Amino acid sequence: MGRVVITNSIRFLLLIATQVFLLKNIGYYNLSIPYMYILFILILPFGIPNGLLFLFAFLTGLTIDVFYDTLGLNAAACTVMAFVRIVFISLTVQRDGFDNEPEPSLGIMGFRWFIFYAFILTFSHHFILFTFENFKFTEIGYTLIRVILSTLFTVFLILITEFAFFRKKVR
Amino acid sequence: MRNLWLFISKYNAFFLLIIFFTISLILLIKNNSYQRASVWNSSNQLIGRSYERVNEISSYLTLGKTNDSLAAENAKLRNQLATSFKSDSIKQITVRDTTLKQQYTYTVARVINNSVHQKNNYLTINRGTKHGIAKGMGVTSAKGIVGIVLNVNENFATIRSLLHTETKVSANVNGNIGSLVWGDGNYDPRFAYLKDIQSHLIIKKGARVVTSEFSLFPEGTNIGYVAETRAKDGDSSLDIKVKLDTDFATLQYVYVINNLLSAEQLSLEAQNKVE
Repeated sequence: MGRVVITNSIRFLLLIATQVFLLKNIGYYNLSIPYMYILFILILPFGIPNGLLFLFAFLTGLTIDVFYDTLGLNAAACTVMAFVRIVFISLTVQRDGFDNEPEPSLGIMGFRWFIFYAFILTFSHHFILFTFENFKFTEIGYTLIRVILSTLFTVFLILITEFAFFRKKVR
Repeated sequence: MRNLWLFISKYNAFFLLIIFFTISLILLIKNNSYQRASVWNSSNQLIGRSYERVNEISSYLTLGKTNDSLAAENAKLRNQLATSFKSDSIKQITVRDTTLKQQYTYTVARVINNSVHQKNNYLTINRGTKHGIAKGMGVTSAKGIVGIVLNVNENFATIRSLLHTETKVSANVNGNIGSLVWGDGNYDPRFAYLKDIQSHLIIKKGARVVTSEFSLFPEGTNIGYVAETRAKDGDSSLDIKVKLDTDFATLQYVYVINNLLSAEQLSLEAQNKVE
């Protein structure tokens, strides 16, 4: 238990730092913007209570918002993503079949499941994020293009990160 | 109550979503000027648009009434237009002709339609039976004679102008009576011809031509003056060109002459025909 907390704390700090110091400066003409920090919420352990998950998601989003000067925007997107995560996992994973608190990571869940999972969650997050950032329906086409391109970018980064760090933890 | 708690705990994810999402939105809108402005703007727009739509629909419901009121207003405004007023006031001038002991009344009328360039010219005036105009009355202008009333209805009358091939007016020049005609080779609205003046008479240029006592105009009404006198070979009468006093092209106001004794005269003359 203690190990999980420490691992996740370090992961949190690293991802936030990467996001606000590195990825904040990266983007393709405002069209494709990576938000890789959501990986933290993606690979929180399966056994986490819903309330705690929402709280973490909210706080993570809020932390990013503080750095991005968009208070509430990422928090809202992360909250929605947390809900999507709960629904997705409850639909596709038998929670009882796991012990020692595994994580929904690439190494444990397999490539096909993970990429699907990452894609759905990233899309939900980005959709809320960009829609609320734009905050009007008149530019919905532009917003959707941004959502899709950014999703591709973020999923790409998430997969790279997963391959780099979690490949060895084969079940 | 227990069921409610069960329900909430069963679907806790959804309720947590609502709670956290609401908090996020409140933060977002409270702290970001763009989103705050957007919310106010869009809600104002939404309200404005919905009012507009409702108004659009309700305006269709009252379309009949609106049309009626607009039509009524149009009619009211048209009534106020100057052109819709037909001057109905009549000035009648009574002339007591002491010489012939005959009474004429003059009714002023405005020419509303006029022609001078046809072979047979007519005028229309804004007076009709309502104003005492009857068929066969003489019409003069301030300067000279104009024509004879041809047809009358309630508000209007047409006048057979002097510039008409069938109009013949008995005219008097220096005590000699002739017949004034227009047309028949002369289609100049400024001139008419005086026929049936004996060729041995000397008619000087510039002599006044007035109506004779045989015409339906009061005797001595101006017609014009002699412009040219020409004796035709082998003809017993002169060909006198008369410059008309009346400028038919610019005729504005005319007077309709009512011969109060004409009915008496005509009925008497009609008796002759019957016999």
